[in-house]
Amino acid sequence: MANKLLGTQTIKFNNPPSIVASASIVGPKEGQGPLGKYFDKILNDELWGEKTWEKAESKIMRETINTVLSSANKAPSDINFILAGDLLNQCLSSNYAIRESNIPYFGLYGACSTMTESLALASMIIDGGYADNIICVTSSHFCSAEKQFRFPLELGTQRPLTSQWTVTGSGAVILSSNGNGPFITQATAGKIVDMGIKDANNMGAAMAPAASDTIYRHFEDTGGIPSEYDMVVTGDLGYIGMEITDDILIKLGCRITDRFRDCGAMIYDRERQDTHAGGSGCGCSASVLAGYLYKEILGGNLNRILLVSTGALMSPSSIQQGESIPSIAHAVTIQKTLG
Amino acid sequence: MQQPFTKKEYQNYVDKKSPNSNIGKNLIWAFVVGGLICVVGQVIRNLFLARGYPVDTVANLNSITMIFLGAFLTGINIYDDLGKKAGAGSIVPITGFANSIVSPAMEYRSEGYILGVGARMFLIAGPVLVYGITTSVIIGLLYYMFR
Repeated sequence: MANKLLGTQTIKFNNPPSIVASASIVGPKEGQGPLGKYFDKILNDELWGEKTWEKAESKIMRETINTVLSSANKAPSDINFILAGDLLNQCLSSNYAIRESNIPYFGLYGACSTMTESLALASMIIDGGYADNIICVTSSHFCSAEKQFRFPLELGTQRPLTSQWTVTGSGAVILSSNGNGPFITQATAGKIVDMGIKDANNMGAAMAPAASDTIYRHFEDTGGIPSEYDMVVTGDLGYIGMEITDDILIKLGCRITDRFRDCGAMIYDRERQDTHAGGSGCGCSASVLAGYLYKEILGGNLNRILLVSTGALMSPSSIQQGESIPSIAHAVTIQKTLG
Repeated sequence: MQQPFTKKEYQNYVDKKSPNSNIGKNLIWAFVVGGLICVVGQVIRNLFLARGYPVDTVANLNSITMIFLGAFLTGINIYDDLGKKAGAGSIVPITGFANSIVSPAMEYRSEGYILGVGARMFLIAGPVLVYGITTSVIIGLLYYMFR
Protein backbone atom coordinates (compact mmCIF):
# COMPACT_ATOMS: atom_id res chain seq x y z
CA MET A 1 0.00 0.00 0.00
CA ALA A 2 1.53 3.28 -1.08
CA ASN A 3 1.27 5.34 2.09
CA LYS A 4 3.24 8.33 0.83
CA LEU A 5 0.99 9.01 -2.15
CA LEU A 6 -1.36 11.98 -1.94
CA GLY A 7 -4.30 12.01 -4.32
CA THR A 8 -3.44 10.74 -7.79
CA GLN A 9 0.02 12.00 -8.61
CA THR A 10 1.66 13.67 -5.64
CA ILE A 11 4.13 12.23 -3.16
CA LYS A 12 4.64 13.47 0.36
CA PHE A 13 8.06 12.69 1.80
CA ASN A 14 8.10 11.35 5.33
CA ASN A 15 11.84 11.93 5.54
CA PRO A 16 12.23 15.01 3.37
CA PRO A 17 15.72 15.42 1.93
CA SER A 18 17.65 18.65 2.44
CA ILE A 19 19.26 20.68 -0.28
CA VAL A 20 22.67 21.04 1.33
CA ALA A 21 24.51 22.83 -1.45
CA SER A 22 23.96 24.42 -4.83
CA ALA A 23 26.12 25.63 -7.70
CA SER A 24 25.46 27.40 -10.95
CA ILE A 25 27.58 28.38 -13.93
CA VAL A 26 26.08 30.44 -16.74
CA GLY A 27 27.06 32.05 -20.03
CA PRO A 28 27.78 35.75 -20.57
CA LYS A 29 24.24 36.70 -21.64
CA GLU A 30 22.72 35.12 -18.53
CA GLY A 31 25.37 36.85 -16.42
CA GLN A 32 24.30 40.21 -17.83
CA GLY A 33 20.67 39.46 -16.97
CA PRO A 34 18.81 40.59 -13.85
CA LEU A 35 19.88 37.49 -11.86
CA GLY A 36 23.57 37.80 -12.78
CA LYS A 37 24.80 38.42 -9.25
CA TYR A 38 23.29 35.17 -7.94
CA PHE A 39 25.28 32.80 -10.14
CA ASP A 40 28.52 31.26 -8.90
CA LYS A 41 30.41 31.73 -12.13
CA ILE A 42 29.77 33.69 -15.30
CA LEU A 43 31.66 32.70 -18.44
CA ASN A 44 33.29 35.29 -20.67
CA ASP A 45 32.53 33.36 -23.82
CA GLU A 46 30.31 30.48 -24.74
CA LEU A 47 33.06 28.07 -25.83
CA TRP A 48 35.04 28.28 -22.55
CA GLY A 49 38.25 27.19 -24.28
CA GLU A 50 36.66 24.13 -25.90
CA LYS A 51 36.53 23.35 -29.61
CA THR A 52 32.82 22.57 -29.93
CA TRP A 53 29.56 23.77 -28.35
CA GLU A 54 28.88 20.23 -27.13
CA LYS A 55 32.21 20.03 -25.32
CA ALA A 56 31.64 23.47 -23.84
CA GLU A 57 28.24 22.40 -22.47
CA SER A 58 29.76 19.26 -20.97
CA LYS A 59 32.50 21.30 -19.36
CA ILE A 60 29.93 23.70 -17.87
CA MET A 61 28.10 20.77 -16.29
CA ARG A 62 31.32 19.09 -15.11
CA GLU A 63 32.56 22.26 -13.45
CA THR A 64 29.14 22.89 -11.89
CA ILE A 65 29.31 19.42 -10.33
CA ASN A 66 32.83 20.12 -9.06
CA THR A 67 31.69 23.43 -7.63
CA VAL A 68 28.70 21.94 -5.82
CA LEU A 69 30.90 19.18 -4.38
CA SER A 70 33.42 21.64 -3.03
CA SER A 71 30.77 23.98 -1.63
CA ALA A 72 29.24 21.03 0.24
CA ASN A 73 32.70 19.94 1.30
CA LYS A 74 32.08 16.49 -0.12
CA ALA A 75 34.17 14.13 -2.23
CA PRO A 76 32.70 12.27 -5.23
CA SER A 77 32.90 9.11 -3.13
CA ASP A 78 30.40 10.65 -0.67
CA ILE A 79 27.78 10.82 -3.41
CA ASN A 80 25.63 7.73 -3.94
CA PHE A 81 24.02 8.69 -7.24
CA ILE A 82 23.94 11.48 -9.73
CA LEU A 83 20.71 12.20 -11.62
CA ALA A 84 21.39 14.32 -14.65
CA GLY A 85 20.08 15.29 -18.04
CA ASP A 86 20.30 17.81 -20.85
CA LEU A 87 18.76 18.57 -24.23
CA LEU A 88 21.28 17.07 -26.61
CA ASN A 89 20.73 13.76 -28.38
CA GLN A 90 21.34 10.80 -26.08
CA CYS A 91 21.97 13.28 -23.21
CA LEU A 92 25.54 13.59 -24.38
CA SER A 93 26.47 16.64 -22.30
CA SER A 94 25.65 14.73 -19.11
CA ASN A 95 27.29 11.50 -20.27
CA TYR A 96 30.58 13.25 -21.04
CA ALA A 97 30.43 15.57 -18.05
CA ILE A 98 30.03 12.65 -15.65
CA ARG A 99 32.29 10.18 -17.49
CA GLU A 100 35.30 10.66 -15.22
CA SER A 101 33.41 11.37 -12.00
CA ASN A 102 33.18 7.77 -10.76
CA ILE A 103 29.70 8.41 -9.39
CA PRO A 104 26.83 6.01 -10.23
CA TYR A 105 24.68 7.82 -12.77
CA PHE A 106 21.05 7.82 -13.85
CA GLY A 107 20.57 9.73 -17.12
CA LEU A 108 17.22 11.48 -17.43
CA TYR A 109 15.41 13.10 -20.31
CA GLY A 110 12.43 15.33 -19.60
CA ALA A 111 13.51 18.15 -21.91
CA CYS A 112 13.43 21.38 -19.91
CA SER A 113 11.50 19.69 -17.07
CA THR A 114 14.52 17.52 -16.22
CA MET A 115 15.59 19.53 -13.16
CA THR A 116 12.41 18.91 -11.18
CA GLU A 117 12.23 15.38 -12.56
CA SER A 118 15.65 14.72 -11.06
CA LEU A 119 14.72 16.46 -7.78
CA ALA A 120 11.52 14.42 -7.46
CA LEU A 121 13.26 11.10 -8.17
CA ALA A 122 16.24 11.89 -5.95
CA SER A 123 13.89 12.82 -3.10
CA MET A 124 12.08 9.50 -3.49
CA ILE A 125 15.37 7.60 -3.46
CA ILE A 126 16.53 9.38 -0.31
CA ASP A 127 13.14 9.23 1.40
CA GLY A 128 13.01 5.53 0.63
CA GLY A 129 16.33 5.05 2.35
CA TYR A 130 18.21 4.01 -0.75
CA ALA A 131 20.78 6.79 -0.64
CA ASP A 132 22.15 9.54 1.57
CA ASN A 133 23.58 12.00 -0.93
CA ILE A 134 22.48 12.60 -4.50
CA ILE A 135 23.51 15.25 -6.99
CA CYS A 136 20.79 16.61 -9.28
CA VAL A 137 22.15 18.51 -12.25
CA THR A 138 21.07 19.64 -15.70
CA SER A 139 22.51 21.87 -18.39
CA SER A 140 21.69 23.55 -21.65
CA HIS A 141 23.64 25.66 -24.10
CA PHE A 142 22.22 28.20 -26.53
CA CYS A 143 24.60 27.29 -29.35
CA SER A 144 24.38 23.50 -29.09
CA ALA A 145 20.58 23.70 -28.83
CA GLU A 146 20.28 26.01 -31.84
CA LYS A 147 22.48 23.63 -33.81
CA GLN A 148 20.40 20.59 -32.89
CA PHE A 149 16.90 22.04 -32.92
CA ARG A 150 17.00 25.02 -35.27
CA PHE A 151 19.45 26.60 -37.68
CA PRO A 152 23.21 27.23 -37.85
CA LEU A 153 24.10 30.19 -35.62
CA GLU A 154 25.43 32.38 -38.41
CA LEU A 155 22.39 31.97 -40.63
CA GLY A 156 20.70 35.34 -41.03
CA THR A 157 17.19 34.42 -39.88
CA GLN A 158 14.60 36.39 -37.98
CA ARG A 159 13.30 34.92 -34.73
CA PRO A 160 9.56 35.26 -34.18
CA LEU A 161 8.42 37.17 -31.09
CA THR A 162 7.01 33.98 -29.58
CA SER A 163 10.39 32.21 -29.67
CA GLN A 164 12.52 31.70 -26.58
CA TRP A 165 16.23 31.89 -25.94
CA THR A 166 17.95 28.72 -24.69
CA VAL A 167 19.87 29.41 -21.50
CA THR A 168 23.58 28.65 -21.54
CA GLY A 169 24.22 27.30 -18.11
CA SER A 170 24.03 24.54 -15.61
CA GLY A 171 22.67 24.24 -12.10
CA ALA A 172 23.39 21.53 -9.57
CA VAL A 173 22.19 20.78 -6.06
CA ILE A 174 23.12 18.10 -3.54
CA LEU A 175 20.20 16.44 -1.78
CA SER A 176 21.03 14.80 1.49
CA SER A 177 19.22 12.68 4.04
CA ASN A 178 21.05 14.70 6.65
CA GLY A 179 20.70 18.45 6.71
CA ASN A 180 18.94 21.50 8.04
CA GLY A 181 17.01 22.39 4.91
CA PRO A 182 15.77 23.78 2.67
CA PHE A 183 13.71 20.61 2.38
CA ILE A 184 11.91 19.01 -0.52
CA THR A 185 8.64 17.98 1.07
CA GLN A 186 6.37 17.07 -1.85
CA ALA A 187 6.64 16.21 -5.50
CA THR A 188 3.92 16.13 -8.13
CA ALA A 189 4.72 14.06 -11.19
CA GLY A 190 3.38 15.52 -14.42
CA LYS A 191 1.40 13.87 -17.16
CA ILE A 192 2.08 14.43 -20.82
CA VAL A 193 -0.37 17.01 -22.12
CA ASP A 194 -0.62 17.85 -25.79
CA MET A 195 -3.12 20.46 -26.89
CA GLY A 196 -2.08 20.26 -30.52
CA ILE A 197 0.39 23.15 -30.76
CA LYS A 198 2.82 22.44 -33.60
CA ASP A 199 4.85 25.63 -33.62
CA ALA A 200 8.31 24.93 -32.15
CA ASN A 201 8.76 28.69 -31.98
CA ASN A 202 5.96 28.94 -29.46
CA MET A 203 6.94 26.45 -26.78
CA GLY A 204 5.38 28.54 -24.03
CA ALA A 205 1.95 27.95 -25.56
CA ALA A 206 2.71 24.25 -26.03
CA MET A 207 3.80 23.81 -22.39
CA ALA A 208 1.21 26.00 -20.66
CA PRO A 209 -1.54 23.31 -20.53
CA ALA A 210 0.95 20.84 -19.00
CA ALA A 211 2.08 23.39 -16.43
CA SER A 212 -1.47 24.27 -15.45
CA ASP A 213 -2.38 20.58 -15.25
CA THR A 214 0.46 19.83 -12.82
CA ILE A 215 -0.10 22.95 -10.70
CA TYR A 216 -3.85 22.30 -10.49
CA ARG A 217 -3.22 18.63 -9.66
CA HIS A 218 -0.72 19.61 -6.97
CA PHE A 219 -3.27 21.72 -5.12
CA GLU A 220 -6.02 19.12 -5.60
CA ASP A 221 -3.81 16.29 -4.33
CA THR A 222 -2.36 18.09 -1.35
CA GLY A 223 -5.50 20.01 -0.42
CA GLY A 224 -3.27 23.08 -0.25
CA ILE A 225 -3.96 26.59 -1.44
CA PRO A 226 -1.70 28.98 -3.39
CA SER A 227 -1.36 31.41 -0.47
CA GLU A 228 0.63 28.76 1.42
CA TYR A 229 3.42 29.37 -1.09
CA ASP A 230 5.55 32.49 -1.36
CA MET A 231 6.12 31.74 -5.01
CA VAL A 232 4.85 29.34 -7.65
CA VAL A 233 7.72 29.37 -10.11
CA THR A 234 7.63 27.61 -13.46
CA GLY A 235 10.69 26.58 -15.44
CA ASP A 236 10.59 28.16 -18.85
CA LEU A 237 7.08 29.07 -19.92
CA GLY A 238 8.22 32.55 -20.90
CA TYR A 239 5.89 35.54 -20.99
CA ILE A 240 3.32 34.05 -23.34
CA GLY A 241 3.20 30.66 -21.63
CA MET A 242 2.83 32.38 -18.25
CA GLU A 243 -0.13 34.43 -19.38
CA ILE A 244 -1.83 31.36 -20.81
CA THR A 245 -1.14 29.22 -17.71
CA ASP A 246 -2.52 31.94 -15.49
CA ASP A 247 -5.63 32.17 -17.68
CA ILE A 248 -6.22 28.41 -17.67
CA LEU A 249 -5.78 28.18 -13.90
CA ILE A 250 -8.19 31.08 -13.30
CA LYS A 251 -10.75 29.30 -15.48
CA LEU A 252 -10.30 26.28 -13.20
CA GLY A 253 -10.72 28.42 -10.11
CA CYS A 254 -7.08 28.30 -9.02
CA ARG A 255 -5.61 31.79 -8.70
CA ILE A 256 -1.81 31.99 -8.39
CA THR A 257 -1.41 35.30 -10.27
CA ASP A 258 0.09 37.37 -7.44
CA ARG A 259 2.80 34.80 -6.63
CA PHE A 260 3.39 33.39 -10.10
CA ARG A 261 6.91 33.73 -11.51
CA ASP A 262 8.83 31.99 -14.27
CA CYS A 263 12.57 31.28 -14.41
CA GLY A 264 12.58 31.94 -18.17
CA ALA A 265 10.95 35.32 -17.64
CA MET A 266 13.30 36.23 -14.77
CA ILE A 267 16.67 35.28 -16.20
CA TYR A 268 16.81 37.84 -19.04
CA ASP A 269 15.89 41.50 -19.29
CA ARG A 270 13.05 41.52 -21.78
CA GLU A 271 13.66 45.04 -23.07
CA ARG A 272 17.44 45.06 -23.13
CA GLN A 273 18.44 41.52 -24.14
CA ASP A 274 16.35 40.80 -27.24
CA THR A 275 15.31 37.39 -26.00
CA HIS A 276 11.68 37.76 -27.10
CA ALA A 277 9.39 35.48 -25.04
CA GLY A 278 12.05 34.64 -22.40
CA GLY A 279 14.60 31.96 -21.58
CA SER A 280 14.25 28.21 -21.96
CA GLY A 281 16.28 25.02 -21.66
CA CYS A 282 17.19 22.47 -18.99
CA GLY A 283 19.73 24.92 -17.62
CA CYS A 284 17.11 27.63 -17.12
CA SER A 285 15.22 26.35 -14.07
CA ALA A 286 18.38 24.57 -12.85
CA SER A 287 20.55 27.68 -12.75
CA VAL A 288 17.75 29.88 -11.40
CA LEU A 289 17.05 27.33 -8.66
CA ALA A 290 20.73 26.82 -7.79
CA GLY A 291 21.50 30.53 -8.08
CA TYR A 292 18.61 32.81 -7.25
CA LEU A 293 15.91 30.67 -5.59
CA TYR A 294 18.18 28.64 -3.30
CA LYS A 295 19.93 31.76 -2.03
CA GLU A 296 16.63 33.58 -1.51
CA ILE A 297 15.33 30.64 0.52
CA LEU A 298 18.50 30.44 2.60
CA GLY A 299 18.40 34.19 3.14
CA GLY A 300 14.83 33.97 4.39
CA ASN A 301 13.20 36.02 1.61
CA LEU A 302 11.31 32.94 0.50
CA ASN A 303 10.01 30.30 2.85
CA ARG A 304 8.06 27.94 0.69
CA ILE A 305 7.99 27.66 -3.08
CA LEU A 306 6.54 25.35 -5.69
CA LEU A 307 9.07 24.83 -8.46
CA VAL A 308 7.48 23.56 -11.67
CA SER A 309 9.99 22.87 -14.45
CA THR A 310 8.29 22.59 -17.81
CA GLY A 311 9.39 20.55 -20.81
CA ALA A 312 8.47 20.44 -24.50
CA LEU A 313 9.11 16.85 -25.52
CA MET A 314 9.54 17.28 -29.26
CA SER A 315 12.45 16.41 -31.52
CA PRO A 316 13.59 17.99 -34.79
CA SER A 317 12.18 14.95 -36.64
CA SER A 318 8.75 15.16 -35.02
CA ILE A 319 8.53 18.86 -35.86
CA GLN A 320 9.53 18.25 -39.49
CA GLN A 321 6.94 15.49 -39.70
CA GLY A 322 4.26 17.92 -38.59
CA GLU A 323 3.59 16.36 -35.19
CA SER A 324 2.29 18.46 -32.32
CA ILE A 325 4.41 19.07 -29.21
CA PRO A 326 3.80 16.78 -26.19
CA SER A 327 4.59 18.69 -23.02
CA ILE A 328 5.16 17.90 -19.39
CA ALA A 329 5.73 19.63 -16.06
CA HIS A 330 6.93 18.22 -12.75
CA ALA A 331 6.56 20.11 -9.48
CA VAL A 332 8.43 20.00 -6.18
CA THR A 333 7.68 21.85 -2.97
CA ILE A 334 10.79 23.40 -1.44
CA GLN A 335 10.53 24.88 2.05
CA LYS A 336 13.03 26.42 4.41
CA THR A 337 11.87 24.66 7.54
CA LEU A 338 9.68 21.68 8.31
CA GLY A 339 6.27 22.12 9.85
CA MET B 1 -7.72 17.58 -14.99
CA GLN B 2 -10.06 18.51 -17.79
CA GLN B 3 -8.50 21.24 -19.94
CA PRO B 4 -10.92 24.17 -20.25
CA PHE B 5 -10.35 24.30 -24.02
CA THR B 6 -10.80 21.91 -26.93
CA LYS B 7 -7.68 21.67 -29.12
CA LYS B 8 -9.27 23.87 -31.74
CA GLU B 9 -10.35 26.52 -29.23
CA TYR B 10 -6.89 26.42 -27.71
CA GLN B 11 -5.17 27.02 -31.05
CA ASN B 12 -7.43 30.04 -31.70
CA TYR B 13 -6.81 31.33 -28.20
CA VAL B 14 -3.03 30.92 -28.59
CA ASP B 15 -3.09 32.71 -31.94
CA LYS B 16 -4.80 35.64 -30.23
CA LYS B 17 -2.33 35.64 -27.30
CA SER B 18 0.83 35.39 -29.40
CA PRO B 19 2.27 38.70 -30.53
CA ASN B 20 2.81 39.12 -34.25
CA SER B 21 6.01 40.49 -35.67
CA ASN B 22 5.90 44.19 -36.47
CA ILE B 23 5.28 43.94 -40.21
CA GLY B 24 5.67 47.65 -40.93
CA LYS B 25 9.06 47.89 -39.24
CA ASN B 26 10.23 44.61 -40.76
CA LEU B 27 9.20 45.71 -44.25
CA ILE B 28 11.12 48.97 -43.93
CA TRP B 29 14.23 47.16 -42.66
CA ALA B 30 13.98 44.60 -45.46
CA PHE B 31 13.48 47.31 -48.08
CA VAL B 32 16.38 49.47 -46.88
CA VAL B 33 18.91 46.67 -46.29
CA GLY B 34 17.89 44.72 -49.41
CA GLY B 35 18.08 47.97 -51.37
CA LEU B 36 21.52 48.82 -49.96
CA ILE B 37 22.85 45.38 -50.91
CA CYS B 38 21.58 46.00 -54.45
CA VAL B 39 23.19 49.45 -54.49
CA VAL B 40 26.52 47.88 -53.48
CA GLY B 41 26.05 45.36 -56.29
CA GLN B 42 25.35 48.14 -58.76
CA VAL B 43 28.42 50.12 -57.69
CA ILE B 44 30.59 47.02 -58.14
CA ARG B 45 29.06 46.41 -61.56
CA ASN B 46 29.74 50.00 -62.64
CA LEU B 47 33.32 49.76 -61.39
CA PHE B 48 33.92 46.62 -63.47
CA LEU B 49 32.26 48.22 -66.52
CA ALA B 50 34.39 51.34 -66.07
CA ARG B 51 37.50 49.18 -66.15
CA GLY B 52 36.43 47.99 -69.59
CA TYR B 53 35.33 44.38 -68.94
CA PRO B 54 32.75 43.04 -71.40
CA VAL B 55 29.13 43.02 -70.13
CA ASP B 56 28.88 39.18 -69.90
CA THR B 57 32.06 38.96 -67.85
CA VAL B 58 30.93 41.79 -65.59
CA ALA B 59 27.75 39.83 -64.70
CA ASN B 60 29.90 36.91 -63.53
CA LEU B 61 32.45 39.08 -61.73
CA ASN B 62 29.63 40.96 -60.04
CA SER B 63 27.99 37.76 -58.71
CA ILE B 64 31.32 36.37 -57.57
CA THR B 65 32.15 39.56 -55.68
CA MET B 66 28.75 39.68 -53.96
CA ILE B 67 29.00 36.01 -52.99
CA PHE B 68 32.43 36.68 -51.55
CA LEU B 69 31.07 39.60 -49.53
CA GLY B 70 28.16 37.52 -48.22
CA ALA B 71 30.48 34.68 -47.26
CA PHE B 72 33.02 37.02 -45.69
CA LEU B 73 30.43 38.86 -43.59
CA THR B 74 29.08 35.48 -42.47
CA GLY B 75 32.58 34.36 -41.50
CA ILE B 76 33.18 37.39 -39.32
CA ASN B 77 29.79 36.98 -37.58
CA ILE B 78 28.12 40.04 -39.06
CA TYR B 79 25.63 38.68 -41.60
CA ASP B 80 23.42 37.02 -38.97
CA ASP B 81 23.06 40.33 -37.11
CA LEU B 82 22.05 41.95 -40.36
CA GLY B 83 19.59 39.13 -41.06
CA LYS B 84 18.00 39.43 -37.64
CA LYS B 85 16.88 42.96 -38.53
CA ALA B 86 16.48 42.77 -42.28
CA GLY B 87 14.86 39.33 -42.72
CA ALA B 88 14.11 38.69 -46.38
CA GLY B 89 16.01 41.87 -47.26
CA SER B 90 19.26 40.03 -46.61
CA ILE B 91 18.05 36.50 -47.46
CA VAL B 92 16.82 37.11 -51.01
CA PRO B 93 19.94 38.74 -52.57
CA ILE B 94 22.79 36.46 -53.64
CA THR B 95 24.69 37.43 -50.47
CA GLY B 96 21.95 35.60 -48.52
CA PHE B 97 22.52 32.51 -50.61
CA ALA B 98 26.21 32.66 -49.70
CA ASN B 99 25.22 33.04 -46.04
CA SER B 100 23.00 29.96 -46.22
CA ILE B 101 25.94 27.86 -47.46
CA VAL B 102 28.73 29.26 -45.32
CA SER B 103 26.79 29.23 -42.03
CA PRO B 104 26.17 25.44 -41.93
CA ALA B 105 29.73 24.88 -43.15
CA MET B 106 30.98 26.82 -40.13
CA GLU B 107 28.55 25.13 -37.74
CA TYR B 108 29.38 21.58 -38.80
CA ARG B 109 33.15 21.98 -39.16
CA SER B 110 33.36 20.21 -35.80
CA GLU B 111 32.02 17.04 -37.48
CA GLY B 112 34.95 16.97 -39.92
CA TYR B 113 35.49 18.08 -43.50
CA ILE B 114 33.66 15.18 -45.19
CA LEU B 115 30.55 14.44 -43.11
CA GLY B 116 30.53 17.86 -41.47
CA VAL B 117 31.40 20.68 -43.87
CA GLY B 118 30.95 18.66 -47.07
CA ALA B 119 27.71 16.92 -46.29
CA ARG B 120 25.99 19.69 -44.35
CA MET B 121 27.02 22.68 -46.43
CA PHE B 122 23.82 22.53 -48.49
CA LEU B 123 21.52 21.91 -45.55
CA ILE B 124 19.70 25.19 -46.12
CA ALA B 125 20.61 25.94 -49.74
CA GLY B 126 19.92 22.39 -50.96
CA PRO B 127 16.15 22.81 -51.34
CA VAL B 128 16.69 26.15 -53.12
CA LEU B 129 18.99 24.43 -55.62
CA VAL B 130 16.75 21.38 -56.10
CA TYR B 131 13.56 23.35 -56.72
CA GLY B 132 15.31 26.25 -58.47
CA ILE B 133 16.97 23.94 -60.98
CA THR B 134 13.81 21.83 -61.39
CA THR B 135 11.73 24.94 -62.07
CA SER B 136 14.20 26.27 -64.62
CA VAL B 137 14.25 22.91 -66.44
CA ILE B 138 10.43 22.86 -66.60
CA ILE B 139 10.29 26.48 -67.82
CA GLY B 140 13.01 25.69 -70.35
CA LEU B 141 11.02 22.72 -71.70
CA LEU B 142 7.84 24.80 -71.92
CA TYR B 143 9.74 27.53 -73.73
CA TYR B 144 11.20 24.96 -76.15
CA MET B 145 7.78 23.46 -76.88
CA PHE B 146 5.67 26.60 -77.18
CA ARG B 147 7.90 29.36 -78.37
